Amino acid sequence: MAEPMKIRAQLQGDVVDVKVLMNHPMETGQRKDPQTNQTVPAHFIQTVTATLNGRQVLAAQWSQAVSKNPFLGFKVKGGKAGDKLVISWADNKGDKNTTEATVSG
Amino acid sequence: MSLTRREFLQILAAAAAAGLPLTDKHALAAKPEAGFYDLTRFGNLRLLHFTDCHAQLLPVYFREPSVNIGVGGAVGRPPHLVGEALLKAFRIRSGSPEAHAFTYLNFEKAARTYGKVGGFAHLATLVKQLRAGHPGTLLLDGGDTWQGSATSLWTKGQDMVEACKLLGVEAMTAHWEFTYGGEWVKQVVDTDLKGKVDFLAQNVKTTDFGDPVFAPYVLRELNGVPVAIIGQAFPYTPIANPRYMVPDWSFGIQDDNLQKIVNEVRAKGAQVVVLLSHNGMDVDLKLATRVTGIDAILGGHTHDGVPQPTLVKNAGGQTLVTNAGSNGKFLAVLDLEVRAGKLAGYRYRLLPVFSNLLAPDPAMADLIRKVRAPFEDRLNEKLAVTEGLLYRRGNFNGTFDQLILDAMLEVKGAQIAFSPGFRWGTTLLPGEAITMERLMDQTAITYPYSTLNELTGTQIKDILEDVGDNLFNPDPYLQQGGDMVRVGGLTYTCSPFETIGRRISNMRLDGKPIDPDRKYKVAGWAPVAEGASGEPIWEVVARYLRDRKVITPRKLNLPRLNGMRDNPGMA
Amino acid sequence: MNELRRALLKGGTAAGTVAVAIAAGLMRPSQVLAAEWNKAAFDAKSVSDALKGIGAASPADSKDILIKAPDIAENGAVVPVEVTSRIAGTQTIAIIAEKNPQPLAASFDLSNGAEGYVHVRLKMGQSSNVKVVVNAGGKHYTAAKEVKVTIGGCGG
Repeated sequence: MAEPMKIRAQLQGDVVDVKVLMNHPMETGQRKDPQTNQTVPAHFIQTVTATLNGRQVLAAQWSQAVSKNPFLGFKVKGGKAGDKLVISWADNKGDKNTTEATVSG
Repeated sequence: MSLTRREFLQILAAAAAAGLPLTDKHALAAKPEAGFYDLTRFGNLRLLHFTDCHAQLLPVYFREPSVNIGVGGAVGRPPHLVGEALLKAFRIRSGSPEAHAFTYLNFEKAARTYGKVGGFAHLATLVKQLRAGHPGTLLLDGGDTWQGSATSLWTKGQDMVEACKLLGVEAMTAHWEFTYGGEWVKQVVDTDLKGKVDFLAQNVKTTDFGDPVFAPYVLRELNGVPVAIIGQAFPYTPIANPRYMVPDWSFGIQDDNLQKIVNEVRAKGAQVVVLLSHNGMDVDLKLATRVTGIDAILGGHTHDGVPQPTLVKNAGGQTLVTNAGSNGKFLAVLDLEVRAGKLAGYRYRLLPVFSNLLAPDPAMADLIRKVRAPFEDRLNEKLAVTEGLLYRRGNFNGTFDQLILDAMLEVKGAQIAFSPGFRWGTTLLPGEAITMERLMDQTAITYPYSTLNELTGTQIKDILEDVGDNLFNPDPYLQQGGDMVRVGGLTYTCSPFETIGRRISNMRLDGKPIDPDRKYKVAGWAPVAEGASGEPIWEVVARYLRDRKVITPRKLNLPRLNGMRDNPGMA
Repeated sequence: MNELRRALLKGGTAAGTVAVAIAAGLMRPSQVLAAEWNKAAFDAKSVSDALKGIGAASPADSKDILIKAPDIAENGAVVPVEVTSRIAGTQTIAIIAEKNPQPLAASFDLSNGAEGYVHVRLKMGQSSNVKVVVNAGGKHYTAAKEVKVTIGGCGG
């Protein structure tokens, strides 16, 4: 199980500004390990979902072109301090991660 | 042999009395002002600005470029004017002290007449004099202050930090400072500079959540007028210099964030908004068309000694854009008249700091003596004597760079040599000794490794194309502000007005065309990749100089240029 | 959860499965699963195939899509791309790095108050246009911004 995501969810007016940092190698499947000279198999996050107070606000699909340790930013209108945000990802090997955060005012 | 201050003033006075320019014999003409630095007071606030001094604490010679090509909309416009074209555009009289300061014309002779320029002890005297002449004064440092000399490298910029504090710098921004490492800069800002010098950079953010790393601006009240100074660090620091030096920070031009900051300081009551910028002049000229509400951009990075500001119109009014030269050679004075909460008028002077005209400030002279004392023996080691003029500035090559290339080719046993197109580095007159200090003026960086690689003809072309696009892309936001990589061994043709991939042609080695697939031995230095190593470049060049003892005038290896006829950026 | 999703996506009885799952306490009522990864679109080797893959073969140019990305990338492996769509009813934002081996980099479905805004960081092997495609009410719109990837060094 990967490390929890770092999530910052801040209310600006009535918009929740969300920033997420995930821990993932995001291997493209094209890189060669410099020591073994073997191609490192593709390993990357494919789907990400976000819910605010249980309602889905974002569903993303990613390719291996998203950078290592991915960053995701989005904004949701109509939020308030204390709202519960849940972010989940799943990668091409079936690994998953879910992290919760609370919207700060 | 340069003139003493008294002799200098006597010549000025004699010329003024005669009402005639002096003959070329003296390379000196009439300057019918009694006191070169006596500025009449104007307006209610005064901004003093120096930039890119590159840690030159003592007076030096510095030759302005004879090649500074503008492309796209920049053809024939400041800062892309050299020599006679510059004199004509700014109505500077040939043979005057200003003509010497702003151009390369008749350099050796004029330099021997007027003597050295800059030096912090002389600058300190001038700053004091200009502060005394105005009740509301602020001293701003545009950055590239902690790097460029032996003592700055050996003290990690600490000599310059102390000198700037003594000089009374009130705010600064940065570029080469970051090559001591982000953590080091942060530590200096949080300790040495705290409460004394505001280190400003609106465009430096953390790479995690994009939080500001430094204060974006400072609000000061000058003579009753609220003034905002916003800082803009060099946007391409992690590209032009090693990324690993600042791994956790992101830079960029960030003009939308800048607009937000301008709006914020205006909302807080700032009546004058100034951007202290290390963008480079072409970038600043474009930025001034896009961001509104800035009264003046006091610029640096491109080392352009531009006598007067360029006035740029934009949707919100107009913005003055300046660039204040390098190596301690100039001090800019921007006097502003603010009436009814708005800027109503300005006067600008870019004053050459003629060391012989300014008595050294004793306290600063004492500090400089102290910081140099532990290093004097190393600094003064005489490596060789030069028979020709040695300088760096110019789009394609300089004689000191040629010397570095020649040394690399020989010492490294390379077929081709590359030397980066840095714009700092002082000038030596024929007959002067090349000391370790003068060599370090050209090479003092924290990643000085010399390298020898096997590169294919295709890779060599890709490098030249890449650097050429950083210099000649018609969009200033895609320019990084350095000069073309200097090339030894290889000859080529360059077409600045072409696009990337099409600028470089006719590459030859010993007259034979370069084979795209063949490998060549290429020497270089200052690699930006992490983990690079190699003998410091100054050791390589020092060995060559000690062997030679006498350095004959260098023959510049210059590319053949296409499409440059009549470009006022070329002499 | 994967099995549940497969059941959801495959079955003609999907609605019934959801109801069962909710009843069994496996899902809260409003929880929704990610859409199946669009393999055809992400494997596409050309921009046009990628566009077809996301059902946006010929999007219309729009000035209401703002793309903030560096003019010169600080690091080709980490290129921040910030997209703001001012098009009313923006439902999906897709980002394409035109010269990447597989151009489609990411796609975002926005709902329940999510604004037309996303910010990601992408890998780009060479200078390229970053193309954004927005789906609003079944219509597709596009805009592009060039990002230069350079060798670096030699500045200042």
